[in-house]
Amino acid sequence: MKKRVVVTGIGAITPIGIGKDDFFNALENGVSGLGPITKFDASDYDTRIAAEVKGFEPTAYIDKKEAKRMDRFTQFAVAASKLAIEDAKLDTDGIDQNRFGVVLGSGIGGIETLEKEYEKLATKGPGRVSPFFIPMMISNIGAGQVSMTFGAKGPNTTVVTACASSTNSVGEAFRIIQNGEADVMITGGAEASITPLAIAGFCAMKAMSTRNENPQKACSPFDINRDGFVMGEGAGILILEELEHAVKRGAPIYAEMVGYGMSADAYHITAPAPGGEGAARSMMNALKDAGLSPNDVDYINAHGTSTPYNDKFETLAIKSVFGQHAYELAVSSTKSMTGHLLGAAGGIEAIACIMAITKSIVPPTINLENPDPECDLDYVANKAKQKEVSVALSNSLGFGGHNATIVLKKYVR
Amino acid sequence: MVFDKVVEIIAEQLGLDSTEDITPQTSLMKDLEADSLDAVEIIMALEDEFGVEIPDEEAEKFKNIGDIASYIEENK
Repeated sequence: MKKRVVVTGIGAITPIGIGKDDFFNALENGVSGLGPITKFDASDYDTRIAAEVKGFEPTAYIDKKEAKRMDRFTQFAVAASKLAIEDAKLDTDGIDQNRFGVVLGSGIGGIETLEKEYEKLATKGPGRVSPFFIPMMISNIGAGQVSMTFGAKGPNTTVVTACASSTNSVGEAFRIIQNGEADVMITGGAEASITPLAIAGFCAMKAMSTRNENPQKACSPFDINRDGFVMGEGAGILILEELEHAVKRGAPIYAEMVGYGMSADAYHITAPAPGGEGAARSMMNALKDAGLSPNDVDYINAHGTSTPYNDKFETLAIKSVFGQHAYELAVSSTKSMTGHLLGAAGGIEAIACIMAITKSIVPPTINLENPDPECDLDYVANKAKQKEVSVALSNSLGFGGHNATIVLKKYVR
Repeated sequence: MVFDKVVEIIAEQLGLDSTEDITPQTSLMKDLEADSLDAVEIIMALEDEFGVEIPDEEAEKFKNIGDIASYIEENK
């Protein structure tokens, strides 16, 4: 008998707000977190806009010395985990730490550190590369540092599946609890790749919007004029907990997690499979895992990157899974507001689903002014809408053809 | 003077808020809880600042911050 798994804590560090309340408010009000890149001089770049996290002070969450030894992505991971643990009212010393684990995703890891250290190598030679370079850069260090900070001695791993990383992470953490291997898991993802090299790489792929003049309008998923994604950064962390464990300690319960599915396109390094069939398989697998039928779903938080390909193929995938019901459920892309957090996207988007379930408010797709005729679903254009959401899906589709979907459901005892 | 600058660099590397209690007898590892990676990074920063080379076999002999400052005085 599989254990039931519930969400008991939320930690969000996003371009539109830090902490659950600020993030929820911004989602509800359709706030854009996009603006000119300030983290480095981007004047020579085709894309000069991004969704940066504002007002993040690492030492508000992390000891000064420790913070200095962490890449920005790890600082986000530890800080958002702290917020989630506080939100869950979890006494990390009072639980069985051997049954307390971590699964975090990061698509890219410590690339800011890598760039700085490579510059030292190139200009000063190998003797000046920091001894902290490797342990700051490796993608798994977020999960490692979170375990050290909070004494989580149970199952611990990292998933790296590009933009699907944190949805896969939440799914894996869910299964670890379902299987009885842990009582509490810190899960989600963190990313901090608004850096000269990463932006140059995505620019070279022509994957990002070049609408630099009006950044807040640049990310327009499902709109006919969409021209690419906009890079975001931050972390989205959930506390997943075995139901009885949560009930026994009187934890707040936001929602129940009921399903996880994944698939591979097995088609192309960056382009989606024809008809969005990989994404469709992922959604089908997740629904099957949840024991639900397509008609049970009220809301889909789409991957919705605002690239010409993604939004068209994801729409096709939704139609192939849901048939006529595709036109009745709500679909939105919160990336229109947050930008694309890559390996942290699934984390904050799971939180957006929880908002929809707990507050009966579906966050909008902003900047949807001229819908693409090939994208003809209800994308909750421009304004949040009141809607009872009992079951929500969140999709994440990554380069490499990785597709992951989770299913969250209103909690009923 | 060298000693003061050494202390400043160590404090920066270790994120210390105050350097008031640091004397030439203070040990990096024992008193300031630096680990071996911290020590490597501190040596690099000192080499950059003073333009000296501190070979590993010398660095291993340092018992306290006074030893580090003396080595730099003699070799810069």
